[in-house]
Amino acid sequence: MASNAWRSAVSTRNPQLFHNCFITCMQTVTLIPGDGIGPEISTAVMKIFEAAQAPIQWEERNVTAIKGPGGKWVIPPDAKESMDRNKMGLKGPLKTPIAAGHPSMNLLLRKTFDLYSNVRPCVSIEGYKTPYTDVNLVTIRENTEGEYSGIEHVIVDGVVQSIKLITEQASQRIAEYAFEYARNNKRTSVTAVHKANIMRMSDGLFLRKCREAAERNKDIKFTEMYLDTVCLNMVQDPTQFDILVMPNLYGDILSDLCAGLIGGLGVTPSGNIGTNGVAIFESVHGTAPDIAGKDMANPTALLLSAVMMLRHMGLHDHAKRIETACFDTIRDKKVLTGDLGGKSKCSEFTEAICQRVRDL
Amino acid sequence: MASNAWRSAVSTRNPQLFHNCFITCMVQDPTQFDILVMPNLYGDILSDLCAGLIGGLGVTPSGNIGTNGVAIFESVHGTAPDIAGKDMANPTALLLSAVMMLRHMGLHDHAKRIETACFDTIRDKKVLTGDLGGKSKCSEFTEAICQRVRDL
Repeated sequence: MASNAWRSAVSTRNPQLFHNCFITCMQTVTLIPGDGIGPEISTAVMKIFEAAQAPIQWEERNVTAIKGPGGKWVIPPDAKESMDRNKMGLKGPLKTPIAAGHPSMNLLLRKTFDLYSNVRPCVSIEGYKTPYTDVNLVTIRENTEGEYSGIEHVIVDGVVQSIKLITEQASQRIAEYAFEYARNNKRTSVTAVHKANIMRMSDGLFLRKCREAAERNKDIKFTEMYLDTVCLNMVQDPTQFDILVMPNLYGDILSDLCAGLIGGLGVTPSGNIGTNGVAIFESVHGTAPDIAGKDMANPTALLLSAVMMLRHMGLHDHAKRIETACFDTIRDKKVLTGDLGGKSKCSEFTEAICQRVRDL
Repeated sequence: MASNAWRSAVSTRNPQLFHNCFITCMVQDPTQFDILVMPNLYGDILSDLCAGLIGGLGVTPSGNIGTNGVAIFESVHGTAPDIAGKDMANPTALLLSAVMMLRHMGLHDHAKRIETACFDTIRDKKVLTGDLGGKSKCSEFTEAICQRVRDL
């Protein structure tokens, strides 16, 4: 990753200067506010980061697709250039324009930056009660192939075939990432989620690559579980799970299931890891056009995604302070947005977090 | 997949949260759902998820409908070899599947009586098998249901 190379270079050249430089050197992050409530929750995050004196400067870009040379839909060149340069991105919710043939924006971003891993940490939020407590797990979803390869064809009228594509390369890459994530985040176990009993070749290949990665990472415990068993057990006792790694469709389902356990998409962070050190962190809720511009939005999901980004960048102290300020505000219950059961405005909720983070 | 009416209700209640959130909503408030029809894999996943919501495979009935009028009802838990032959098993899943079968056959009165006897016994908590949190034998649990059903 770019920042690791930089960090290593700086610390080798001048170890004494390293600590101070690391703390005060501003890092630029590409900010994609998005649509609907996107701009206002992005503003909230920027305010909180400023209050926390996080060494982040923001470079705003719009990623609405345009038709490039040859008529292919691409993200605007200045957005691509910004992400390629900064490597780190924070993104709000995007709407997909209704124009015929317009691609899904998320799909376009995924393909442009080869965002192969979708990571969602799901941690119970004290003060935001759900039927489940003490949830602390992470779903790691292979995000480039599997059931979403987009390869479908009509065999005869009324009979359609859809190809689930599983490759050795993608499976190995996601499996390695899962163990690397476990180690970097001091987690103890990785569980491969599959249905290799039924899909012997496709899920079988995926599972094999996970097992091989486990052999290379013996310091992390490795288990395997059928997807349906995971779902059955997940809704009865989610505390038994740590990191779950799985192919695309299963990840799509399980990541949303786990978000539901902790309170929904409005409070769940998400990160997308790409090749070449690119990572885009994002809130995964919708654009909520009904409340856009009314100072009613809840910035928690985007804020926690930004905290995830800080951790990814190694800025653990700032991450901890901002996260603590956010959780303390929610636990306190005095200033909460409507979706959290309160009556406060987005700006009031944001200011409450800012005040706490200044005191931490 | 959820109806437009449900989608509208969810988005009104919590517009920020509505975004492809079916399964998210399922674990937050399953009471909003009625019948869910879906292709094979999704059904494999969702049927087990929903069984988990009500207590697991030990209490969940299941039916398989075929062509030519064939229907096979079944318990979907395992064979539990460690407790086989020890009078420890919980017959609820197979019993509720049999109740499902009675309803499929149009025998609604008998279905209602047996189901009520089963649920009342569980609610009463006096005679429960180990997996339900009690210490009774399978035969005792069965007899308790029999006594109730005779009285209904």
